[in-house]
Amino acid sequence: MKIIVCLKQVPKNDSILRINDDQTWIQDRDLTYEINESDAYALEEALRLKEKHGGEVVALSLGPPRVQSVIKEALARGADRGLHLDDAAFGGLDAFGIGAAIAAAAKAEAFDLLLTGLQSDDLGYAQTGVIAAELLGLPHATIVMDVELGEGAIRVKRELESGFFQWVGLPLPAVVTIQSGINTLRYATLKGIMNAKKKEIRKLDAAALGLDAETLAPKQQIRRIYFPEKTKQTQLIEGAPAEAAAKLIDKLKKEARVF
Amino acid sequence: MANGILVFIEHADGKVSRASYEAVRAAQLLGAALGQETAAVVLGEGVAGLAAEVAAKKLGRVYTVESEWLKDYTADGYAAALKQVISQAEPALVLMSHTYQVRDFAPKLAAGLRRALVGDCIGYKAEGGAAIFTRQVFQGKLSADVAPAGEAPHFVSFQIGSFRGDEAEAGSAEVRALAVNLDADLVRQLPEARFKEAKAAVDLTQAPLIVAVGRGIKEEKNIEIVRKLAAALGAELAASRPICDNEWLPMDRQIGSSGQTVAPKLYVAVGISGAIQHLVGMKGARTIVAINKDPEAPIFEVADYGIVGDLFEIVPALTAEAEKVKQ
Repeated sequence: MKIIVCLKQVPKNDSILRINDDQTWIQDRDLTYEINESDAYALEEALRLKEKHGGEVVALSLGPPRVQSVIKEALARGADRGLHLDDAAFGGLDAFGIGAAIAAAAKAEAFDLLLTGLQSDDLGYAQTGVIAAELLGLPHATIVMDVELGEGAIRVKRELESGFFQWVGLPLPAVVTIQSGINTLRYATLKGIMNAKKKEIRKLDAAALGLDAETLAPKQQIRRIYFPEKTKQTQLIEGAPAEAAAKLIDKLKKEARVF
Repeated sequence: MANGILVFIEHADGKVSRASYEAVRAAQLLGAALGQETAAVVLGEGVAGLAAEVAAKKLGRVYTVESEWLKDYTADGYAAALKQVISQAEPALVLMSHTYQVRDFAPKLAAGLRRALVGDCIGYKAEGGAAIFTRQVFQGKLSADVAPAGEAPHFVSFQIGSFRGDEAEAGSAEVRALAVNLDADLVRQLPEARFKEAKAAVDLTQAPLIVAVGRGIKEEKNIEIVRKLAAALGAELAASRPICDNEWLPMDRQIGSSGQTVAPKLYVAVGISGAIQHLVGMKGARTIVAINKDPEAPIFEVADYGIVGDLFEIVPALTAEAEKVKQ
């Protein structure tokens, strides 16, 4: 069983964000990064499937040189090798362009299963895996909370709204987007970190992937980025912790009358 | 020449989903703003009744597509059917609500036509006969105005609650059946029946006071300070998704789109940034208090009272004050 898992590097969840001067993106200086949350669960699911059924896990990430740290982390946790998609032309790709790049890299791998997280914590398109599936001509399932491997097929448990779930069967190869919480994440061990140093990370650029300018041309463009207008007037309570706490409890009692 | 707005109608258990009427309302508003005709499309088997219900809204036309391959939802079936509908109806804009079902098939549909899906939008701005769409990025910390590029049709999905479905204007639309070609080779997913897990052990929907904890708590052992605050207030303890994913609190304490939806008298959000998946589960609370170190956290957009600072200092102070009041 050969599994490719797509990992996006995103600014750490608690990052304080600042908008760049032309208001089209955030300032990326001084940011620290991590593996996108649901992608980390996708990686863990790939490692568990490999441990149970055998095979290979390939960790794929697209982005500038800094994303190699995400691939190395995956290798340290147990992935077998890495694919790093990097090209100046990949800056500012939209979901379609990223999906096309992933599809091109995956096509050369003759894989059984391609896993992604369900959504990124930065752009939040929630489309990349499904777009890659369409461009590869493969079936997919999204927002998955369990994966069972059968003969030439998988059965996945999709999360639906309002507490509903549904099992869906898919022939392999297939693309599955993974929901956070499907499993319990592991940490890299010291041995894993040492082993990772020997593992291959192959770099692929747009030419190697056969991606032309037309495929990568954005189909949606961010015109402006800004802090949302507040819809509700929030009373911010100032002061040292004890003072603020006393003021808040007083307001909850007298203004909001909650007790 | 592509023209007009087409709305995708979602249904389950023989009912049109409430989210679909939000999309209908969005289409009515955008249709008026852009001077475009509106239409809706209902897919399934035996959907005449559903189509008649939708046709009682102010829309130019309601298309129905009937096929045994659309009886149960599959991404392959829906994407293939809609692709054929779009080639016949030639809309300039396809609107949907950003439900789990739409998230499952819409990226495939748009990518198959080499078009963009501008997903999970919260509003639009009509500028010179064209629309740009506002969507949240960085989990709601920032908004982005996004323009679809390239040729029509463009695909847009709106976040649940962005439009008022009950404000959809009434009317009388023509219903027209469209034929599509679908077969077994096209539909590769094998869907089984929908089901619910064992019932939630804790019913947070009835709790008048709720204290909820989020990722800002950092470590499992720190949850104790929030538990103490809940006890001092006589409140139920709840959590955002990451806390339950880490199994620091059981899943039946989770608030949000994949957990419980609550509307208590008081909701105290401790170290919860307020991703939309959480906000949809609690924004109906009468009074919302947010405690967070980041003044730009989206939770402050729905909070009535906020304290910006270190929760490890504020929560114990609040517990002490609450104990005084409750005595």
